[in-house]
Order: sequence, then C-alpha cells, then structure tokens
Amino acid sequence: MKKWMVLCLLLVSGMGMVVSSQTDRSGLKASMTRGKQVYDRYCLTCHQADGGGVPRMNPPIANTEYVLGSKQRLIGIVLNGLNVPLEINGEEYENPMASHAFLKDQQIADVLTYIRNSFGNKASAVTVAEVKSVRAKNK
Amino acid sequence: MKLSFLLFSTLAAFGVASAQSPAVSIKVPAGFAVASVAKDFGRVRHIAVNSNGDVYMKLEKLNKGKGIYRLRDTNKDGIMDDTLAFGNYIGTGIAIKNGYLYASSNTDVYRYKLDQQQNPVNPDQPETIVTGLVDKRQHASKSIALDNAGNIYVNIGAPSNACQEQDRKQGSPGMNPCPILETAGGIWQFRADQLNQSYKEGIRYATGIRNCVGLDWNNEVNELFITVHGRDMLYQFYPEMYDQKKGAELPSETMYMVKKGDDCGWPYVHWDHFQNKKILNPEYGGDGKKTGAEKAIDPLVGFPGHMAPNALLFYTGNQFPEKYKHGAFIAFHGSWNRAPENQEGFYVVFVPMKNGKPTGKWEVFADGFSGVDKVTNLSAVKHRPCGLAQGPDGSLYVSDDNKGYVWKINYNK
Repeated sequence: MKKWMVLCLLLVSGMGMVVSSQTDRSGLKASMTRGKQVYDRYCLTCHQADGGGVPRMNPPIANTEYVLGSKQRLIGIVLNGLNVPLEINGEEYENPMASHAFLKDQQIADVLTYIRNSFGNKASAVTVAEVKSVRAKNK
Repeated sequence: MKLSFLLFSTLAAFGVASAQSPAVSIKVPAGFAVASVAKDFGRVRHIAVNSNGDVYMKLEKLNKGKGIYRLRDTNKDGIMDDTLAFGNYIGTGIAIKNGYLYASSNTDVYRYKLDQQQNPVNPDQPETIVTGLVDKRQHASKSIALDNAGNIYVNIGAPSNACQEQDRKQGSPGMNPCPILETAGGIWQFRADQLNQSYKEGIRYATGIRNCVGLDWNNEVNELFITVHGRDMLYQFYPEMYDQKKGAELPSETMYMVKKGDDCGWPYVHWDHFQNKKILNPEYGGDGKKTGAEKAIDPLVGFPGHMAPNALLFYTGNQFPEKYKHGAFIAFHGSWNRAPENQEGFYVVFVPMKNGKPTGKWEVFADGFSGVDKVTNLSAVKHRPCGLAQGPDGSLYVSDDNKGYVWKINYNK
C-alpha cells in the first residue's frame, strides 16, 4: 500500500516535471520566434544574419563573453547603447550602437534569448522580469 | 639546402608571398595578370610604391608591434625578399612625395626623410606634420594626398552617420547647423613641410563630406578628387520612404572633384544616382523626393550604395592600354549596410576619364577578392580591397585590410 502510494506520487511528480519542461521548451521556442523578428528588424543589418558582425565596425555577437556572460550587462547594452573602446575577441570595433530603450521589456527579453541561443550560442533565456529590473535600476 | 631553408623561413615569417600563389582567383580583363606580393600582414589599409619599387603598407592593427611595413625586392627577381618594419602607431594614410614618406595615425600625420638608398633616415623618430585631429572612433581614419605646391590634404571623417542629436538612433533629428562640420566632415589642407600644425594652422579645404577614405591629386587637371562613403540606415530608419531594395542602392557612393571652399552637402542631403539629384535627408525633413543644399556641388559619379570606395588612384603609367591613361581606379571595400539584401562591392572599379571628367560608364576592373559568389555575411568574406598604388613600371597594386594581402596587376598584352 505504502509502496504503491510512493510509486504513484513519483509517477505524478514525474509527469509534472515532463509537463513543466515542455512548457519551458515551448515558451523558449515562442520567445525565440518573436526574438528573431526583433533581431531581423533592429539588429541584423549591423550584426549580420549569422551574428558575425562587420570587421572593424560592428562586433560579432556569436561566441562572445558580452552575449554569453552577464545578462545584466547585456540588457544594459541594449538599453543604453554602447560607444566606448572595447576589445571583443581580440578586435576593436568603431561604430557606436544607439540606445534601444524604445523596445518593450518583452521584445528585449525575446531578442536577447534569441541571440543567446542562435549562431552557435547556448545560454539561459532572458526573462521580462530581468529586463524590468535592469531598466528600473537604469533610471 | 641550408641557404634555401633560411630564405624560405624568412619569407614565411614575414608573409611575403611568392609571385605565383594568389589565395583567391582575381578576375581581370584579358591581357592583365595578377600576382600576390604580400600576405597575412593583417589590416593593411593604404599602400604606396616608391620610385625604386619598394612597397610601403600602413597597418590599422600593429603587427609584431609595428604599424608600417616596407617590402623590398633586393635582387630584382620579382620576390620581395627584404622587410623593414617601423612606426608604433596604427592608421590608414601613406604617401611618398619629394623624398619623404608621409604616414597618418587616426589623429596625426608624420613624415620620414628618405636617404639616397631610399631608406627612412630615422624610422623611430618621424617629424610630426599635423597633430590633434578629431578621433572619435567612427570614421577616424585619416587618408592623405599631396599636391605639387607643397600642400598635404587630410580627410577628417565625421564621427557620425547623419549628424543626428543622437547618432544612429531612429527618430533622432538632424542638428542644423551641424556642429561636427567645424572640426570634421571635410578635407583639411596643411603645409607638407611644417611641423606640429593643427586646426589653427590648417585650412578647411572642402566641407560637407561624411567620410572620404579615397583621395588623390589629379596631375592632369591639378585638382583634388575624392571618393565618399554615403550615409547608412535609410531603409532601416525610414522604411516608409525607402524599401529594402532602395535602401540597399541608396544613397550613392560618390566621386567628386573638390576645389577650395566646396561643400558636398552632408549631412543635409545625399546623392541619388537614379534621380540625379541631391535629396534632402529624412533627418532634415526629407521625404525621398525633396531636394536640398542647393549650393552644394554635384558628384562626378554616383555608384550603388554602401560599397565603400576606400581608395582612389589616377592612372598615369604607360604600361596599361591607352584607355586607362588619366582614368580613375577605385577600390571598393564592400558593403555591410545592404543587409538583409546581398552585399556588393569587394572589387576594383575603373572610371574612364579625360581632363578630370568621366568619358564613359564605370566598369569592374578586378573582381573576386571576397572569395565567394554572393556575400550574405561579412564573416564569409576573404579579402576586402582597401588601398591602391601605382608602381614605377606602371603596374597597379591593390591591398586588402581583412587578411593583409597585396596584389600586383600587370598588363602583358
């Protein structure tokens, strides 16, 4: 009887885990789809379709610490833009990036989730709450 | 055996290519032949060839701590066997005139006296000719050209796309008048033999020039000619006025003859080679049709957008067929702002000219530098033409700032 209950509990919680990870995955997929639309509209020209950037001018977003590392810093770059000398993977880039604070929290979360999981990148998703928090501290 | 190994290792270490090993296939018109003379020097911007055949390369990223490399063929067998490296600064401009080598950083212009053997007398201590020019990273490279009256012309690119209050921010209005034009966005003239000149000693020779990377003195008409990079983001910021295709083709990249006091119209207008008009920029109230800056001069040629004309050279040699004499070669670095359309450029163009005016349509002269059929991403591009120079034998040299190659183009009939 007890054994049966434990088994049943395990089964139910296991099913729950499957359901929740499926929700995560479909949530990620939806965020990626929306994120690609934001990327294509606002980011692709400078950072290029493959995230490889433009030599000397616009930095790559594939395989760089600035994209794969701190989410706070990455969200900050989108909100504030970037125009300081910065070495990325051994190269410097001269074009300024304008502030993209006009994007909604959801759009920023989506596009950052997209770039952190595209072009060979693999990193955790960025949530709306994380964007909200950085934007609040930014003011 | 030992000697040949030594020679080989020296060549390999300095990346001097043997004359018959181009890495990509460069296509040139019938009768011409291409050989690479240098490879893997990194960001080789402009180049200059001396009367004895020495090739000078200005680097935008230090290579083993040096920013200028000179290649020499000591035994005249067609292979550059001697390398001299000096200059601890990065930059773009390099030129030779009246026994001096001139080179620029992103803020200064220096010169080196050349001795009887054509060696720099004091390669570690050049004279500073010009200093303190604007360098705000964007469009910071300083191209140079010299006339026959003792003047040097320096491009000071505008650190901006369209002089908006907030650069490259969608919806930010253009500043009127544009304050950037006081110290940038033009060509400045200095004396070629005076030390430590800056804005106070120089003359703003021509203005309204967003970023001219190619400039050359035309000795046939004794005037300065420039090639200019047009603005970015017409489609990206104003899709209601410029669709994806139009935004890729516009604005034109341009070639001008500029005289003292000329204004080329930036940031108020851009050239549109379909309408043949100076079109008011949207940041200044333009709608894609309204014209503006009526006092600004018109270009001599409008090329398709964003191809980045990085070098201009008037051909004065006797080696190439007659049609090339006095004409202009232009090295197009290749675009990025055409995305999501395919990119364009990555070739050397020829404009037939006489008396400083085009006499026919421009044509692609040397192509294939990108190494790919269609450029969809800049990361796939192998080489980007950046500098041009004419050898004493009338050959044409082309440099590449992606991998640091230099090619020599000869006419063999």
